[in-house]
Amino acid sequence: MATMTDSPLARLSPEQLDAFGRELDAIHDEIFEDLGDRDRRYITSMVEMHRRLVVIGRVLLVAARYKPAWVAGTSLLSLGKILENMEIGHNVMHGQWDWMNDPQINSSNWDWDAASTAEAWKYAHNYIHHTYTNILGKDRDLGYEIMRIDPDQTWNPVYLLQPAYNVLLAAVFEWGVAMHDLDLGAIRRGEKSKAAAWHELKGMGRKARRQIVKDYVAFPALSGRRGFKSTLTANLTANVIRNVWAYMIIFCGHFPDQTYTFTEAEAEGESRGAFYVRQLLGSANIEGSALFHVLSGNLGHQVEHHLFPDMPSTRYAEIAPRVKDLCERYELPYNTGPLFKQLSTVQRTILRLAFPGGSRRPKPGPYHAGHGSSAPSIGAPSTVPDPGPTGPNGSGPEQPTDGVRVTIPPRD
Amino acid sequence: MPEIGARPRVPAWRLRLLRSVRAFFTPLLPDDYLELINPLWTTRELRGRIERIERETPDAATVWIRPGWEWPGHEPGQYLRVGIVVDGIHHWRAYSLTSEPDRADGWIAITPKLVEAGKVSPFLVRDARPGSIVRLGGVEGAFVLPRALPDRLLFVSAGSGITPIMSMLRSLRAADALDDVVLLHSARTPHEVIFGAELRELAVRHPGFRLHEQHTGHRGRLAPEDLERLCPDWREREAFLSGPADMLDAMAAYWEREGDRPRLHMERFQPVIGLPDAPHGEGGDIDLSVAGVRAVSDGTTPILVAGEQAGATLPYGCRMGICHTCVGRLCSGQVRDLRTGKVSGLPGEMVRTCINAPEGDIEIAL
Repeated sequence: MATMTDSPLARLSPEQLDAFGRELDAIHDEIFEDLGDRDRRYITSMVEMHRRLVVIGRVLLVAARYKPAWVAGTSLLSLGKILENMEIGHNVMHGQWDWMNDPQINSSNWDWDAASTAEAWKYAHNYIHHTYTNILGKDRDLGYEIMRIDPDQTWNPVYLLQPAYNVLLAAVFEWGVAMHDLDLGAIRRGEKSKAAAWHELKGMGRKARRQIVKDYVAFPALSGRRGFKSTLTANLTANVIRNVWAYMIIFCGHFPDQTYTFTEAEAEGESRGAFYVRQLLGSANIEGSALFHVLSGNLGHQVEHHLFPDMPSTRYAEIAPRVKDLCERYELPYNTGPLFKQLSTVQRTILRLAFPGGSRRPKPGPYHAGHGSSAPSIGAPSTVPDPGPTGPNGSGPEQPTDGVRVTIPPRD
Repeated sequence: MPEIGARPRVPAWRLRLLRSVRAFFTPLLPDDYLELINPLWTTRELRGRIERIERETPDAATVWIRPGWEWPGHEPGQYLRVGIVVDGIHHWRAYSLTSEPDRADGWIAITPKLVEAGKVSPFLVRDARPGSIVRLGGVEGAFVLPRALPDRLLFVSAGSGITPIMSMLRSLRAADALDDVVLLHSARTPHEVIFGAELRELAVRHPGFRLHEQHTGHRGRLAPEDLERLCPDWREREAFLSGPADMLDAMAAYWEREGDRPRLHMERFQPVIGLPDAPHGEGGDIDLSVAGVRAVSDGTTPILVAGEQAGATLPYGCRMGICHTCVGRLCSGQVRDLRTGKVSGLPGEMVRTCINAPEGDIEIAL
């Protein structure tokens, strides 16, 4: 595999990386100092909103055989499911709200309205993906092991089918994620014991049965014999809408042209600062309205989320200007773009890399306020200030104590 | 997992009904929706609604709480863990129950004294209003009135130490058993006597109840030697002491020297683990398998503290064995309960790390 000599990661000196890390740590600490009632009110209102949407949606769908009720009920249920998966489930299970010490809204015991069990998902997502983000061969989310999303992934003929199963995956995304989280390949490679795999499989089976019974048996049955099918199609539609939405947001998080991938050698023994830089380079934001950010679980702020996975999502928009400012000062890119643009570069990659070959897309240069990232400035003399000996320090960011385990390099 | 309220006593039919409709709510529970209508309806934990707040002194207030489900009862003198949200964060504190156990209205009361630098007492004493919802945790404490009431009782208290004793007095009153009871209570001024009016009225109405108020701002502290003067027959009384540690220590020494030590009962508001005279073993190595940390305990250090000293971030709540926030699954080895000295441990058992020390080497999933 070719190493990327043009990676901005290689351009910064260890001292500069340390200073960069310290500045981000300071942002983290400042926000965590400030968390309080305002944040709690936000997440509890989201939880209430989800439950209201679902109740009204489900009640309307009892009458789903009448077209207007079907349309209104399906819309509300879709909206509820999207909110529950994106802004609530994903973020709660990240431990973003653990600081509240709330016995219900907590990563250790939250479960979501999706096919994956919380336990398997937290391991695959919080630990594997967020630790080894965009490292080829380590980050299992890079193409989800079924797609070729980076030219450095070796081609094989199965990938010829990827434009087709890409569409299928979008429709059944939650089930794809559940299969992915099971990581059956690990058993083959001898990395997972039969007993552990059986435990996970049983958990997934139980979860799947409950999810299927709820949406495709119990609620349709409430609508009686004549309404059964209409309610079933409504629930199916809501699940598909949620799946497609989640797929779109999540594929735009790391696969747009702007993002970098890394070799294991590049990430070997990285410092805390280098870890932050890798997260920054490997993630891409989506621009949108406040409503868009709520419905995407604030994953439009993927960059901020990957820097601080345990920070309440409400705060990402608030720290974004400071992250941009850091990017400008350290001559690093800040990957972002509108949904349509991000999604189309992802789809182009999926189509192109179905075939052998393919080359890395051009990367944006350092971020400049006013006109975003400019043309690449490789080779230009670095004007990044050499950090002095001082810098904010203190204890590490609050690590969640239960349920979520993300290992990032410790502070000095 | 964070600390949660006690399991409420819910009628079985209601639990069956809720279970029967779970398929519609999975992965949530019917409770998650019901509590949006009324937060007291959840069957997952006991909550209470603050009904009335009575100011006792400038810095203490009695908070009357109506539990969402039938109050399971308590022994007079026990304390209750109360969970409230302050600036977005749940905090838990233990307060002596000051109400008698079986009130007709089912209410319970706690009487927190303001701790200026604290989180929970400023909320309860200053900010709480009728209608606020609190979480109600476990009831604990061995400082209780004996079931078979002694003929003669002596209570000695100081400051907010009166709170567990108030529950005892109220339940004696309810049982019409204030026959030969002496209370020696210390506070700085008459104004600062918590339950002052109620105590004085009790003394007027019940000839069998004698109250001595020691106003320390004016007359100095109550010394053990004062007992001879204030309650000459103190040696023949079952005595209950509650107050600051130095008062308890002085009194305990006096009882040891001059009286009948087994008749003295004391409330110490500190965790009762690791007392120098508590039985302890040799300790051992601790393998915290999930945290990936190895720690060592000398046999007097709880697993939690040893783990923290070894650099692990471990879950904890009360740190005194009540709330079960800190539990870990014992994979191998045995543990000793530092409160009782009892050794136990079967593989797979859930043990509280805050009150148990390893008895030999252990592995614990935490």
